[in-house]
Amino acid sequence: MSDPIVTVQNVYHRYDQQTVLENINFNIEEGAFVGLVGPNGSGKTTLIKLMLGIEKLQRGNITAFGQPIQKFKNKGRISYVSQKANSFSRGFPATVKEVVSMGVIHNQRRFLPDQKKDQGLVKSALQKVNMEEYINRNIGDLSGGQQQRVFIARAIANNPKLLILDEPTVGVDSQNVEQFYDLLSKLNQELGITLVLVSHDIGAITTYVTDLLCLNRSIHYHGNPNEFESLTDEQRSILYGHQINTITHNH
Amino acid sequence: MLDAFFQYELLRNTFYTGLLVGLIAPLLGAFIVVRRQSMIADGLSHVTLAGLAFGLFMQKKYTLLMFAPFHTGILFSIIGALIIENLRDVYKAFQEIAIPIILSVGVGLSIVFIALADGINTDIYTYLFGSIAAISSSDLRLIIFISLLVIIFIFVCYKDLFALSFDSEFAIVSGVKSKTLNFVFILMTALVISASIRIVGVLLVSALMTLPVATGMRIAKSFKQTIFYSIIYGEIAVIVGLITGYYFEIPPGGTIVITSALLLGLTLLFNKLKAVRSLKKDDGYAA
Repeated sequence: MSDPIVTVQNVYHRYDQQTVLENINFNIEEGAFVGLVGPNGSGKTTLIKLMLGIEKLQRGNITAFGQPIQKFKNKGRISYVSQKANSFSRGFPATVKEVVSMGVIHNQRRFLPDQKKDQGLVKSALQKVNMEEYINRNIGDLSGGQQQRVFIARAIANNPKLLILDEPTVGVDSQNVEQFYDLLSKLNQELGITLVLVSHDIGAITTYVTDLLCLNRSIHYHGNPNEFESLTDEQRSILYGHQINTITHNH
Repeated sequence: MLDAFFQYELLRNTFYTGLLVGLIAPLLGAFIVVRRQSMIADGLSHVTLAGLAFGLFMQKKYTLLMFAPFHTGILFSIIGALIIENLRDVYKAFQEIAIPIILSVGVGLSIVFIALADGINTDIYTYLFGSIAAISSSDLRLIIFISLLVIIFIFVCYKDLFALSFDSEFAIVSGVKSKTLNFVFILMTALVISASIRIVGVLLVSALMTLPVATGMRIAKSFKQTIFYSIIYGEIAVIVGLITGYYFEIPPGGTIVITSALLLGLTLLFNKLKAVRSLKKDDGYAA
């Protein structure tokens, strides 16, 4: 087995006096589909921001592709769909094409870039999420689910190895959520993109992910989602540290 | 009708300056509007006024002619931009507080310098409301230089700026140098404001950066189109505003902004009519 693409060791993090992450240790193997779940305020977003290098590491070690995160030069290997993406789009005067083009910003030289190559990448990204017919539409005119597909296209346009998604189903209506997870599975299995999916909704993602990581300040469970499924509610809540919001999904 | 403008050098300079600021103000303004930073322009313009007043004061009281108000205005505007960036860092959770701080300090300093320079005179009047005949040839050269700087900046950093305006976190992960870019952006804003003030005046300079964009956004289908239409609207407003201002002897700040507002009103009305018409058309098909 090859080396893990991300390692997280002994990570602690605090804001002012409040500890938000405590003794975090885990690896992400290439090709995995990791579900990072936990209640609101459990430190999920902080953890991924540390992995992305947006938030400064206070204590512990994180490596990405073998390099310490502080020195890591991304070059398109890690991509990100932020929670914020959705809330900013409404009313922003941009087409789907312009939005996805942001995904190929630093591919090329700054002067006279190869427009054709960029456009090819944009088109193929939109094809992968089945949104190519919307290429010239205004991003604000699309539904929440369609917008989220566009943001996925933007994130994969540069063919990343690892894609981190922070609560991507917020703003997607319930009928389309399942389709959305199917799309993620496809990216994982067919394109071989390693995924980290952040969610507060454990029931919805266990059928899709290969690794489950339950976070509530510290990691309470890391392993196979099927094993987690077989636990009783009581065992789960012990694992979780406090009461857990289990939502039953009947697929 | 344009004859007079080309007959006299000062008017000609004003006209060229108008064409330049009609281009660069909405060009930068498009980014300012989508980043929801429209108030920054107001904050900086009032700091620029303090700089202008400082220059006047030095010239009048100490006859230090090297303190040309135009130049001290640019200097203050740049210092104001640096302070805003700094304050936004200090008050991370309340970034917008930087604007009222800088605006009030700007006005406060302006009042002090204006009083010290013997009160309101015609110079201050032209700085507040804009002037039709205020641009010397050396001013024009500086404004051309500023315009080139802004255009090159936008051309080179377009993608980064666009990404940063739309979704800063994604941009940062993609490798956009957000701190440097924000810093250069606000410096450019300071320069555009000090260049535009001679024509539209302190009180209305932010309008030239935002009104054409507000109009352009209503008809554009993409961000590039928004920039394009904003510049067209900006240029129409400046040209119509300068000519009417000249003929009716009204400071051009007023006429330019009223023209902008009229264009905005007409565009909104036109959009409304179009929407109503397409609704009716749909009804027609349904029936």
